[in-house]
Amino acid sequence: MRRYLAGRLGQAVAVLWAAYTISFLVLVWLPGDPVSAMAAGGLDQAAVDPAQLEALRREYGFDRPPLVQYLDYLGRAVRGDFGNSVATGRPVTSTLADALPYTLQLTAAALALAVLLGGALALYATYTPHRWLRQLLMSLPSLGVSLPTFWIGLMLVQLLSFRLRLLPAFGNEGAASLILPAVTLAIPTGAMVAQLLAKSLLTTLDEPYVETARAKGAGRIRVHLRHALRNAALPALTMVGILVGNLMAGSVVVETVFSRNGIGRETVGAVTVQDIPVVQGVVVFGALAYVLANLAVDLIYPLLDPRIVVTAAQPRSTG
Amino acid sequence: MSQSLVGELEPETGPDPGRPLHPEPVEPGAVGGAEVRRLIRFLLRRPGLVLSLLVIALVVLAAFWPTLFTSRDPLLGVPADRFQGPGAQHWFGTDELGRDIYARVVHGAALSLKATLIAVGVAFVAGGTIGLVAGFIGGWVENVLMRIVDVLLAIPALFLSLALVTALGFGTVKVAVAVGLASVASFARVMRSEVLRVRRAVYVEAARSTGARWYSVLLRHVLPNAMGPVLVLATIEFGLAVLAVSSLSFLGYGAPPPAPEWGTLISTGRNYLANAWWLSTLPGLTVAATVLAVNRIARALDGESATWR
Repeated sequence: MRRYLAGRLGQAVAVLWAAYTISFLVLVWLPGDPVSAMAAGGLDQAAVDPAQLEALRREYGFDRPPLVQYLDYLGRAVRGDFGNSVATGRPVTSTLADALPYTLQLTAAALALAVLLGGALALYATYTPHRWLRQLLMSLPSLGVSLPTFWIGLMLVQLLSFRLRLLPAFGNEGAASLILPAVTLAIPTGAMVAQLLAKSLLTTLDEPYVETARAKGAGRIRVHLRHALRNAALPALTMVGILVGNLMAGSVVVETVFSRNGIGRETVGAVTVQDIPVVQGVVVFGALAYVLANLAVDLIYPLLDPRIVVTAAQPRSTG
Repeated sequence: MSQSLVGELEPETGPDPGRPLHPEPVEPGAVGGAEVRRLIRFLLRRPGLVLSLLVIALVVLAAFWPTLFTSRDPLLGVPADRFQGPGAQHWFGTDELGRDIYARVVHGAALSLKATLIAVGVAFVAGGTIGLVAGFIGGWVENVLMRIVDVLLAIPALFLSLALVTALGFGTVKVAVAVGLASVASFARVMRSEVLRVRRAVYVEAARSTGARWYSVLLRHVLPNAMGPVLVLATIEFGLAVLAVSSLSFLGYGAPPPAPEWGTLISTGRNYLANAWWLSTLPGLTVAATVLAVNRIARALDGESATWR
């Protein structure tokens, strides 16, 4: 078990390093001259003074050879220093840390809602004996993943905030302002959960042990919830990393639609003024979220599925 | 039912272009007629698929010949007609400058379709090449390439495209390239796994043993046979790219405002949500209908390609 964990942890660190490297490649080397891009962000290119550019270049260390730059930046990133935002001058890490609680609130609420609604939909769609109802319910998730998230948000605001005046349309004060953004973000995520779980449930319900449970006289609900769901949920659990990635990406759009504070809104602002350090911090943060989610799944999985521990305990599979 | 269609489609879509001609002369009219009848029966059972094909046909027509659908100028505002609701005069209503939204959606199809095609093309070519090289060469090359692909998959696609947009700059084409590059990884994965599957096939071994060069094995035998699932992925990716491109232009990185790009249209309508519901709603419905249609077609293709394999 310890070797299994060490292996997973090593993988996670490797992914983070690689994500940092890729973001460095894309953001620092691809534009050719990151300093003039940053200095001109939001401004006219001609308005930037060459002497000022030179000073900025020295300040950010871009006057050194590329490999030295990379190693220096990597060394600082390992210590948690992603540089300062070009627009505000504040450290990237504290900018993101300040925005994080809002995004966490939003994504946690959306994830809970998505799992609840998507799970219920998948369970009922596979449970109902009516063919037409099943087909209707199963077509909802594919509708959910086809709708643009920002459009769902705008429609909800239009209907519930402007027409019916039930909920606030913008801002992040109070629990009421969280409802619409969370629902908006939960729709595509819940649709994904429903698709995954329904597919997995349908395969599980065909397995011999389910047949055995039925033959022994277990009721339909009991077979569905106690026997099938527990096994069907396992493959769906491995997709949590991708779900978290989707939630993160969705929060960028949702926070913009509802003018909420958060990582997503910081990102949009940073991209608009080409604030390279902040964008890089966000990319690494996205990878970190994915890696942490997968690590959590790796930890939980052996607890839920005893077969995993048996294989992991064998030296071969971990070596 | 789908079995029979696949059987009928096989000769046209079959992977091997060098198939020898049919030994016996067959009357072409009779076979063609039966095929057409069977295809019609297949489609009649699937009204959703027919509708989806129709939607895509309309979008493509609108992209190439927008004047077929409307004679109005998408950029010309008529101040007297500001904020007209949808009706017989203006099907989708008019905006704050009195421009006809329907004309703007129709003319926007070209921009949105172009961006989507660029995105899918970039992902297809770059990802396909990486997957092909990794699967065909194997060894350390495969290891290195696939580890990079794994890392790309770990970064949420939107963040990756946002980073690329930061580096490349704003505009429809740059946004499209960013979206495409962000989805290279999934193409590389599928292509590699298909190449690995095909590479072990007996006919590839046969081609090698008859002394065929590696590039002719690759191009004549491996590539065409590995293509099916990659094309299905391309269709799915098409829907995702429509969404991603419109999200990025909603965030303000796409075509600048006067251009009638779909995401920009929805985004501009946001300022008038309270008094002009049609400004965002109807262009958004167009995007949704397009993505739904593409996804339905992808599902049909997936079912068929599953039986080719």
